[in-house]
Amino acid sequence: MSPAIVAACVRKMHRGDVAHSFLLDLDVELAPGITILFGPSGAGKSTLLDCIAGLTQPDAGRIAIDGEVVFDSEKKVSVPPQHRQIAYVFQSLALFPHMTVEANVGYGLLDAPQQARGRIAEILQMFRVEQLRERKPREISGGEKQRVALARSLVTLPRVLLLDEPLTGLDAQLKASIIDDLRAWNAAHKIPILYVTHSREEVDALGERVIALERGKIVSEGTPREVLDAPRRRRLAQAAGFENLLGGTVMDLREPDGVMRVRLADSPCEIEVPLGHAAPGDRVRIAIRAGDILLATEAPKALSARNVLEGIILTLERRGTLVVARVDCGAVFTVHVTPGAERTLELAAGEKVWLVLKTHSCHFVEG
Amino acid sequence: MSIEALFLSIRLALCVSAILFVVGMPVAYWLAYSRWRWKFLLEAVVALPLVLPPTVLGFYMLLAMGPRGPLGKLWHAAFGHGLAFTFAGLVIASVLYSLPFAVQPLIASFETVDRKLLDASAVLGAGRARTFRRVILPLSVPGIITALVLSFAHTLGEFGVVLMVGGNLAGVTRTVSIDIYDRVQSLDYASANRAALLLLVISFAVLSAVYGINRRAGRRAWLPWAAK
Repeated sequence: MSPAIVAACVRKMHRGDVAHSFLLDLDVELAPGITILFGPSGAGKSTLLDCIAGLTQPDAGRIAIDGEVVFDSEKKVSVPPQHRQIAYVFQSLALFPHMTVEANVGYGLLDAPQQARGRIAEILQMFRVEQLRERKPREISGGEKQRVALARSLVTLPRVLLLDEPLTGLDAQLKASIIDDLRAWNAAHKIPILYVTHSREEVDALGERVIALERGKIVSEGTPREVLDAPRRRRLAQAAGFENLLGGTVMDLREPDGVMRVRLADSPCEIEVPLGHAAPGDRVRIAIRAGDILLATEAPKALSARNVLEGIILTLERRGTLVVARVDCGAVFTVHVTPGAERTLELAAGEKVWLVLKTHSCHFVEG
Repeated sequence: MSIEALFLSIRLALCVSAILFVVGMPVAYWLAYSRWRWKFLLEAVVALPLVLPPTVLGFYMLLAMGPRGPLGKLWHAAFGHGLAFTFAGLVIASVLYSLPFAVQPLIASFETVDRKLLDASAVLGAGRARTFRRVILPLSVPGIITALVLSFAHTLGEFGVVLMVGGNLAGVTRTVSIDIYDRVQSLDYASANRAALLLLVISFAVLSAVYGINRRAGRRAWLPWAAK
């Protein structure tokens, strides 16, 4: 990994109402390139960004950018935001409404006007908004605003770029094209980019190093696959899109096979899941994606999948290009099927079906 | 109606508005953004003239400006003459009396500026002065106009403070409102009516302008009776 440019060790009481107060306690290092900060809303993601930017002060800790200490609670150092040479794009973008696109982009430049104009033109072109130069923020579209906000931040040649869910509300294609332009810019400048999101899709699409945050703590770190596929905590599992989160009790461990059997709570159903740190009798949770479950209208035979459960369809609901079925097998499962499958199998509420779960689609969640 | 009194009133109102524009801005900025825990005390002080009888304010101003008052002594040392019953004394008293009419609309409009814009300005490298000049000020134009117009109109119509501090010296401290009072006392109703009507028309015009400007800016004007 390339050398860290930002090193932040931050402790700060995060105050919401009683239920949402927790201690933000993090130690992160950012290397050049995109790092995704992922977690449910209220996990303390924006607070960390505010601390790095200097908009809020940690209760304790130390933050260094490019070797320069910008905050140190012990040495009583706190460089004000305007001297930190960083860029921060807020979720609201915060474009100055009374200024044109060009004036917005030039706001952070203290160069001579002639020189500034050249740099503004260059970055506007890079982010494909040069034709909007004379417009006011209210006269341009959401995607264009996001491009202008990025251009405004990057034209100052910051040492770090902080992005707080800057692309929410854009369709996937537009998002991808903006991110491509951002990557192209960063190929030349190589600064760390901290990208905050609570969207699983964005994490998948960006495909870079992920830090998963929950209630102020780092709960996992790694590639998107590693972080999204092995959730270790319940709330993160929900954030990561596991529609089925079932309580159960460990029955027995089969270590040679690398599996254990879990009886789902209040039901006779037993399923086989990958071996985890648990002992027989332990209460555990199993997370399964609705899209990972197969649905059959006849009892399946000769399958590699170890878990076949018989049940009754409770409800079927069409959501866009998705059909959401709720199936009672003792425990209630949510299953996603395509509208085509719904038609071919002639699914209907009250019908008897079989659910097929691969062992490795059943994720063991502690506690 | 005395043209002299009208010009004096207008001169006084212009002076007071100009001074309040300069003085009110930092006071309002501080009151809008400070996180000092005792800030509310200063807020109360600034709002005092709204509820205090003008005679009370005028009385203490008169004591302060008198030959033995601190302000009077200071003025005498600097200019060689007293402050009470002079135009300058009138201006100082009026500035205090109209302070909330300048400061409150400024606070209200500074507070409506989105905090995120101020944060954005800071991370883009701007210090407080630059943020104020380039972001807060241009976005507070309706509030600034409201402040100017209200302090002008309020000064134009004041009576009690003028009477206490300025007395009734033709061409020096006799403003329109004092002039009206004088004429009523001497039963010259026709001329009192002309002056009164003029003040009424000016006040109405000024308030219409304030409401009109704020309506165009899409917000409610700050006026003392709408403050709560």
